[in-house]
Amino acid sequence: MATTDTAPLIRVYRETVWSLAVAAAILVAFLVVAPFVLYPIFVMKALCFALFACAFNLLIGYVGLVSFGHALYFGWASYLCAYAAKSWGLPPELALLTGTATAAVLGLIAGGLAIRRQGIYFAMITLALAQMMYLLALRVKLTGGEDGIQAVPRGHLFGVFDLSNETIMYAVVVVIVLAAFFLIYRVINSPFGEVLKAIRENEQRAISLGYKTERYKLVAFVLSATLAGLAGSLKALVFQLASLTDVHWNMSGEVVLITLVGGLGTIFGPVVGAFFIIALENYLAPFGQWVLVIQGAIFVVCVLVFRRGIVGELANRLRVQL
Amino acid sequence: MFEIFGIPSQALFGQLLLGLINGSFYALLSLGLAVIFGMLNIINFTHGAQYMMGAFTAYLLLQYLGLNYWVALVIVPILIGATGIVIERLFLKRLQQLDHLYGLILTFGLALIIEGLFRNYYGSSGQPYAVPEALQGGHNLGFMFLPNYRAWVIAFSLVVCFATWFAIERTRLGSYLRAATENPTLVRAFGINVPRMVTLTYGFGVGLAALAGVMAAPIYNVSPQMGSDLIIVVFAVVVIGGMGSIMGAIVTGFALGIVEGLTKVFFPEASNTVIFAIMIIVLLIRPAGLFGRSA
Repeated sequence: MATTDTAPLIRVYRETVWSLAVAAAILVAFLVVAPFVLYPIFVMKALCFALFACAFNLLIGYVGLVSFGHALYFGWASYLCAYAAKSWGLPPELALLTGTATAAVLGLIAGGLAIRRQGIYFAMITLALAQMMYLLALRVKLTGGEDGIQAVPRGHLFGVFDLSNETIMYAVVVVIVLAAFFLIYRVINSPFGEVLKAIRENEQRAISLGYKTERYKLVAFVLSATLAGLAGSLKALVFQLASLTDVHWNMSGEVVLITLVGGLGTIFGPVVGAFFIIALENYLAPFGQWVLVIQGAIFVVCVLVFRRGIVGELANRLRVQL
Repeated sequence: MFEIFGIPSQALFGQLLLGLINGSFYALLSLGLAVIFGMLNIINFTHGAQYMMGAFTAYLLLQYLGLNYWVALVIVPILIGATGIVIERLFLKRLQQLDHLYGLILTFGLALIIEGLFRNYYGSSGQPYAVPEALQGGHNLGFMFLPNYRAWVIAFSLVVCFATWFAIERTRLGSYLRAATENPTLVRAFGINVPRMVTLTYGFGVGLAALAGVMAAPIYNVSPQMGSDLIIVVFAVVVIGGMGSIMGAIVTGFALGIVEGLTKVFFPEASNTVIFAIMIIVLLIRPAGLFGRSA
């Protein structure tokens, strides 16, 4: 009896694993070929944003929490990483660690405050806290104000790999981002991830089952902020620059856009979304302010008729999980 | 002139007045957000853009049609309110059954479109809008100089706020509105057209934002991004006050404006972050907000 009951589940599970494995293989193959066809700097930028969006998606897609202030972790991590590398002269691995740790601490504080309110208030609180830290970034010396922190040295990773070499930098970004993707995938599919999904579906029920949902939400928030920080730190090294753009609310909106276009709550959605949006912005750069209008239009279209996003739609057509 | 805590009275009361002015805008905008949230269950991210549209429309009416401030004060809220009704009919109506995050994202997208369009045509620099003739000049009160226009803004926004409160809390129409907020299905069963009420409520909330925009035009420069930074502060005001109570939104708005003004006198460097700091304190002490009924 038991075997016949679980057989369809096992089949679904196998199909899921297969489809994810195929998708992952395509992604890796793409990343190997990409630097020969596209500008490596473009691919690296898209990868940083892909990681940023994956971190954001962990909250919105799997816990149902809408953070409208993720630029806070991305931007401040990028500042601290740049500052550590330039002013303290730390090697890149420690600079990345400094930036990421900063985001973790900020995530702990902001997350601890924001989870005290639910729903729509959560979004407003995260946005307000991010704006507060943006105003701080305008003021303090560390950030360099309007100039930002420029000419950040990339240095030698572990004292061996010279990151000023574009190929080595590319390889490092790919390895770090893929490792972070894998971490997120494991988190989502762990027992911890199942509880997060239960909270998304019905928080009251999860509470009544004895889960301390606030703690789960906070851990997920900190994890998301930390990974967003890793993305910001990497971006600071890749572009050798940390600036106000990365802490502004536009950036918080951009990560929502990327995730939405790619597909909320899908594993590969944020990656596809990042490549799509970054490519789009590259082509639209000469049109100045129209970028804002087009971004807004994409938001509206996605919400009205394309809520599954690119990957969500694809997965639905192929009847697999991606 | 005299001094209070070593601050010249002119500076102290001047900042207090500015605080009250900012407070009027916080109150008008958070009031609109609260009314809209009550009926539509949507946080209207477009609110800042609609406030900016109000100011811009007043500017354009004066520039191209020669219509003065007083005409704008009447026409602009109706015009912009009508665009709100179109937005509700075209977009927001389709989101009723969906998670509230989609309402937030859609209105955010609309705000980007509106701001982007205005920036395309008018650049990012501000356009000046003259104070209407009847309200030019001011009075010397002995301890401070009170410009007439600023006194008018405070008085008029108080009137608008209390009229809104009265309409919602003390009239028959308001009681339908409150009932529909609690239980729309039941109110529909009594033969009241709830969807039309929802549409008109959104139009009204948007009209309030536009009215605030017209009043703001002579005080701040009219610029495409005047709404986007303000709306985030207003969100913090809404978090502090909670959206459950109309009076709560009004009181919180004015009070926070005053606190901000005072901060400008005593700790100028903290003046633009003080509202966020208060939000943090309120979240720690009273997570439901000062006037909130529940989280």
